[in-house]
Amino acid sequence: MDLYEYQAKHLFGVHGVPVVPGEVCTTPEAAHEAARKIGTTVVVKAQVKAGGRGKAGGVKLAESPDEAQARAADILGMDIKGHTVHRVLVTEAAEIADEYYVSFLLDRANRCYLAMASVEGGMEIEEVAATKPEALAKIRVDALEGCTPEKAAEIADAANFPAEVRDQVIVVLEKLWDVLVKEDATLVEVNPLVRTPDNRIVALDGKVTLDGNADYRHASHTDFIDHESADALELRAAEFDLNYVKLSGQVGVIGNGAGLVMSTLDVVAYAGEEFGGMKPANFLDIGGGASAEVMANGLDIILGDPEVKAVLVNVFGGITACDAVANGVVQAIAMLESRGAPVTKPIVCRIDGNNAIEGRRILTEAALPIVELVETMDDAARRVAQLAAQGA
Amino acid sequence: MAIFLNSGSRILVQGITGQEGTKHTRRMVASGTNVVAGVTPGKGGQEVDGIPVFNSVGEAVAATGADTSVVFVPPKFTKGAVLESVDAAIPLCIVITEGVPVLDTAEFFQYAQNAGTTRIVGPNCPGVISPGQSNAGIIPGDITVPGRIGLVSKSGTLTYQMMYELRDFGFSTCVGIGGDPIIGTTHIDCLAAFEADPDTDAIVMIGEIGGDAEERAAAYIKDNVSKPVVGYVAGFTAPEGKTMGHAGAIVSGSAGTAAAKQEALEAVGVKVGRTPSATAAIMREIMSAL
Repeated sequence: MDLYEYQAKHLFGVHGVPVVPGEVCTTPEAAHEAARKIGTTVVVKAQVKAGGRGKAGGVKLAESPDEAQARAADILGMDIKGHTVHRVLVTEAAEIADEYYVSFLLDRANRCYLAMASVEGGMEIEEVAATKPEALAKIRVDALEGCTPEKAAEIADAANFPAEVRDQVIVVLEKLWDVLVKEDATLVEVNPLVRTPDNRIVALDGKVTLDGNADYRHASHTDFIDHESADALELRAAEFDLNYVKLSGQVGVIGNGAGLVMSTLDVVAYAGEEFGGMKPANFLDIGGGASAEVMANGLDIILGDPEVKAVLVNVFGGITACDAVANGVVQAIAMLESRGAPVTKPIVCRIDGNNAIEGRRILTEAALPIVELVETMDDAARRVAQLAAQGA
Repeated sequence: MAIFLNSGSRILVQGITGQEGTKHTRRMVASGTNVVAGVTPGKGGQEVDGIPVFNSVGEAVAATGADTSVVFVPPKFTKGAVLESVDAAIPLCIVITEGVPVLDTAEFFQYAQNAGTTRIVGPNCPGVISPGQSNAGIIPGDITVPGRIGLVSKSGTLTYQMMYELRDFGFSTCVGIGGDPIIGTTHIDCLAAFEADPDTDAIVMIGEIGGDAEERAAAYIKDNVSKPVVGYVAGFTAPEGKTMGHAGAIVSGSAGTAAAKQEALEAVGVKVGRTPSATAAIMREIMSAL
C-alpha cells in the first residue's frame, strides 16, 4: 500500500526523522485554522498518490490564514493525474538552502535492499538519475546487517554530502532504515530532504510503500486504508477478501491464480478484437478456495459492475477441485436469486484439471440457461467476447 | 536426471501436522514421492500416515537423511522454519507459504546465501515436480507425464496450464519459482540448470508483468543457453500501476511491461507465444523437429 505524504510523515515522526509541523485538512476552514496555529507562512499541499503535484498546481505558498483558506479552496477537489484531491496538508514553510534526495528500497534483482542518495534532489531527480548517474549514489544494504552507522556514513559519503550536514544526514538515514524495518515498508523515500539556511536537515516530502503481507504485525496500518479514492467495487471485494481490480471493459473475469487470471485477461482482449473491441472488465482471483460462497461473492461483485455484459469463469484446478467450482457456480446463481438479484447475464465456464469431468457433469446436469460450458481457454474467451458484444 | 529433484530425493515436510501440510504430504506420497520425515515443533515422536514427525529439522535430517525440505508453515513462522533448514544444511528448501513479509524473505535469503549450503525455491510458489520421479509441493502429480521439456514459471496455475497443454510431450522438471518480489531461485538459476541437464531438450519460460527478471533472463540466454527456449508473458492488457495478486507484478513506467519483456526475449531469439496455447504450439513444433 502506497501512503499519502501526510501518512508517510506521520511514520517519519514516529521514528525520529525530522519533519516540519503540519496538519491535514479536508475543508478550507480547517486550513485557515491550521495556518493560524502554525503562525508562519505555510505551504498548502494536495494529498494525492501521484508525482508532479507541484507542476500541476497542487502545492501553494500562503502568507496568512486567509490566504491558506483560499489556496485550500482552490486545491481541494482538484484533479491531479486522475486523482481527486480530498485532503490538503498545511505545513510550515521551511526555508530551503539545498535540496537532497535519499531513499531505501527493495532491490529485486540482487535480492537485498538498496540505498540511493544524491545532493541534487528535488523535482528533477529522475532526470539526474538518467543523465548524471554518477550524481546518484547507490549502495547495497544487506538485509541482515541493516543500515548500521558505518553503512549510513558510507551512503552519505558516496553521495558527497557536505561536512556541515554529514552527521545529521547519517542519523536521518539510520532512522529512515528504522521506518523501513519497523513498519515493514518496501520503499521509503525523501525528496526533497532539505538543508535550511541554519544547517538543519528536514524531510520536506515523503513516500512510503507498506508491505501488505506484514499487516498482521501492524494493527495500526489499517488506519492508512484509503476509503475515498478506492473504487467502490474494489473496497467491497476487499471486505470479502477477494483479489479484485476494476478495469474498463465488458467481460467479467473470474479465475484461480494471479498468473492464469492475467493470462485470461490477455486472451479475452485478443478474442475481443474480433467482436468490436470487447475487453476484460476486471481481474478477480478467487485463489485456492472456490467454495459456493466465494464464487457467489465474486459473481456478485462482477455483476455489480454495470459495464459487464458477460462473464467468463476460467479455472484450472490444481488444489482447487473443479466439482467444487461447478457447485460454486450453481449455488452462487441460486444464492444471488434468493438475495433478489437474479443473474441474467451469460456466464461462460471453462474448467480443467483436478476433477474436471465431475465438474462438467454438475454444470451440464444443472442445465442453467445462462451458463455455457466451453472446453478450451481460447474457445471460452472467444465465446464470452461474442456474448458480451451481443449484450453491449 | 532432471533438475533439483529426482527419484533419489528424500523429502521432509515442515508443518506436516497442519491441515495443509498433511493434505499435501498425502498428495505428494500418492504421486510417488519419497517423503521420509515431517517436522512440527512439540510434536516429535508422532506419525503422519507412518511418516515420523520430529521436533526440529536437525533431528529429522540426522535420523532420516532428508535432503529436501518443503515448507507449509504459516507466514508468521516461515522465516524461522527456513532458518532451521539452512542451519541443518539441507541442500534444497522449497517454501510454499503465501503471504510472507518481504523483509522476512530478504533476511532468510541472505542467511542462506551466507551459509552457502541451501538453495531456496519460493516463497509463494507451487513447488518443484520431476514427473514420474518426485513431487515436492502442491503441483498436481497427474497433469502431465515424464518427458524432455523443462518448465520454469512465476505463476502456479499457469504452470499447470502449460503442463496440461504439453502433456503429449511431458516434462523433465517443472519449477514454480513464485511471484514475490524476492525469490530464492530465479528464472536464470533454472535456465542454467536445464542447460546443464542431459535429460532436458528444450525450455519453456513463463513470466508475468513487474520487475525485470525476464529481461535479465533474456540477457543470460543470449550468452549461456544453447537449448531452444520458448517464452510466455502474462499481463499484456494489465493497466499500469495496479497490483494483480502477486506483490511483484507491479508495472512502473515502461520497464516491467509484458511488451518490454517480449521484446527483450525475442531480441535474443526466444520465441514468445501470445497465449498459453500459442506458446505450447511453438514448443510442440520445436520438439517435433528435434
